[in-house]
Amino acid sequence: MLTLTNVGKTFNKGTVNEKAALRGIDLHLNRGDFVTVIGGNGAGKSTMLNMIAGVHPLDSGTIVLDGHDISRLSEHARAAYLGRVFQDPMRGTAADMQIDENLALAARRGKSRTLRWGITKAERTRYVDELAKLDLGLETRLSDKVGLLSGGQRQALTLLMATLQRPDLLLLDEHTAALDPKTAAKVLELTEQIVSSEGLTTLMVTHNMHDAIRMGNRLIMMADGKIIYDVRGEEKAGLHRADLMRKFEEAAGEEFANDRMLLG
Amino acid sequence: MTLALLGAVSQGILWGIMVLGVYITYKLLDIADLTCDGSLALGGCVCAVLIVEHGINPWLALLAGTVAGMLAGAVTDVLHTVFDIPAILAGILTQISLWSINLRIMGKSNIPLLKHETIFSEITVASGLPQTTVVVLGLVFATICVGALYWFFGTEIGSALRATGNNEDMSRAMGIDTRATKMIALMLSNGLVGLAGALICQSQKYADIGMGTGAIIIGLAAIVIGEVLGRLTPGKLRSFSSRLVAAVVGSVVYFLIRAIVLQMGMDANDMKLLSAAIVAIALAVPVVWERQQLRASYRKGGEA
Repeated sequence: MLTLTNVGKTFNKGTVNEKAALRGIDLHLNRGDFVTVIGGNGAGKSTMLNMIAGVHPLDSGTIVLDGHDISRLSEHARAAYLGRVFQDPMRGTAADMQIDENLALAARRGKSRTLRWGITKAERTRYVDELAKLDLGLETRLSDKVGLLSGGQRQALTLLMATLQRPDLLLLDEHTAALDPKTAAKVLELTEQIVSSEGLTTLMVTHNMHDAIRMGNRLIMMADGKIIYDVRGEEKAGLHRADLMRKFEEAAGEEFANDRMLLG
Repeated sequence: MTLALLGAVSQGILWGIMVLGVYITYKLLDIADLTCDGSLALGGCVCAVLIVEHGINPWLALLAGTVAGMLAGAVTDVLHTVFDIPAILAGILTQISLWSINLRIMGKSNIPLLKHETIFSEITVASGLPQTTVVVLGLVFATICVGALYWFFGTEIGSALRATGNNEDMSRAMGIDTRATKMIALMLSNGLVGLAGALICQSQKYADIGMGTGAIIIGLAAIVIGEVLGRLTPGKLRSFSSRLVAAVVGSVVYFLIRAIVLQMGMDANDMKLLSAAIVAIALAVPVVWERQQLRASYRKGGEA
C-alpha cells in the first residue's frame, strides 16, 4: 500500500542549523493498517508525514503509494491520494468560507477544477447527512463561516473534509494536541469511527502513549530521524506505557529525561 | 457644480472597474498588488497608441488594453510564485518597469485623442447626450464586470482561488495548485485594471504616463469607503455580489468627495495626501477601537 524506502531529509544543509530530520526511513504499510506514531520532539514524526504529503522535497529515497511513485510529485498533485488533518485547527479549513464551501473544496480534491458551479444542490443535501454524523449540530449551520466554529468543531470538520472523498492514505499529525481533553476525546472517537467504517489506511502521530497503544493495529516509535520500534497485532495490544518508556530510554538514553513524552 | 458632480460620478464608475481588480488581489488573495499603478497606465497607453497611430477600432483597443494589463499581472505573478519574491516587491518591480515600457510604447509622455473616435463619441453620436454617455456606458461595463466576477468566483476554479487567499496550506492539501490560482487572480485583476485604464483614456481623450500614479491608493480608499457604506446600510450587505457593488459605489463616493473638496478650493496636488489619510484612518480605526475595548474590559478584581 505505502512503501517508504531510504527516505532522508536534512534541513538547512551546510549551515550551523543543519538538522538531519529523517535518516533513511524504511516503512511498509499494508492496506487497512492503522498505525500510531510516537516519539519525542524532533524525532521526525511530523517530518515523515510532511515528506509523504510532499510539503518538502525529498533528499533521498522513494515513496510509493498504491503502485504510484509519488516521490517527485508536488504537494497539490499528491493531494489526490491523501487526506490530511493538521495539529493546528486553523490550518485545515478556510476561515472566511462557509462550511458547505469548505466541504465542496474537499469533495473536489484530486479532481480537475472547471468553470462548473462550485457547489451543487445535491452536494448540500449530502453534506447535511455527513455533518449530522459528527453530532456537533453543524448540519444546521451550512452557510456559517468556518471562522465562527470552535477549534474542536473545526478539527472534526477537517477530519470529515479529509475523508469526504475516500483517501488512499489518511495522515493525522497530532490532530488533537491543540484541543481540550474532552474535545480531543470526541475527535479521537470520530477518527476511530470514520477510519474503521471506511477501512482507511492511516498514519496517526500522537504524543499520548495511551492513545497510541489503544488505537490502531500497529505502533511505531521514532527517535532521531529513525524508526526504533515497530510492533503490531497482539503484541501491541499487550503493551503498557512502562514498556514504551523502557523502549524509549534504551534508544534515546539521556535525551529522554527532559522530554515531554514523560507527561503523556 | 452639477456638471462637475456628474463628471465625478462617471470618473468614479470607470475607476470602479479598476477597484474591482484591486478587490481581487487585496481582499480575496490577501496581497496588496502594486502592479496596478503601472498596469492602469499601460492599458491607457496601449489603447491610445492603437487608436491614434494605428487607427484601430476603439472597442478592439479596449480589448488590447485589457490583455496588456493581464500580461503585466502575469509578470508580477512569475516574479512572486516562481522566484519567491515577496508580493509587494514583485508588484513594485513590475510597476517601475512599466513606467519605462509605457514611455517606449507611447514614444512620449502623453498622447491626445482629440480628433479620434472613441467608444464614448460613437455612442454620443447615436444618443445625442454627451454628458450622460460616459455614466451610462460606464455603468454597463461595471455591471458586466460585477456579474462576471460574481459568476466566476462561484465556480470551482473561482472557489479554489478564494481558498488560496484564505489558507494556502489547506488549499494545497485539497489538491489546489496555488501557483495556478495566483496566476489567474493576478491576471484577472490586472486585466480589469488595464480595461479601466483604456476606458479612462477614451473618456478623458488622452493617455498620460502618470495616469496610474497612486491608483492602488484610490483602489484601497474606494474599497474601504465601500465597506463602511456596506456596514452602515440596514441589513448589512454581506453577500459577495453586494460587496463587489459596494467597491464600485465606494469609488464613485471617493470621486464625489474629491470633486467637492476641489470645488471648495483644495489644491489638486493635496488630493493624494487626503487619499492616503482616508486609507490610513480607515485601517487604523478598527485596530485602535479594538485595543480600546480590551483596555476598557480590564477589571482589577478579576470578576468579569
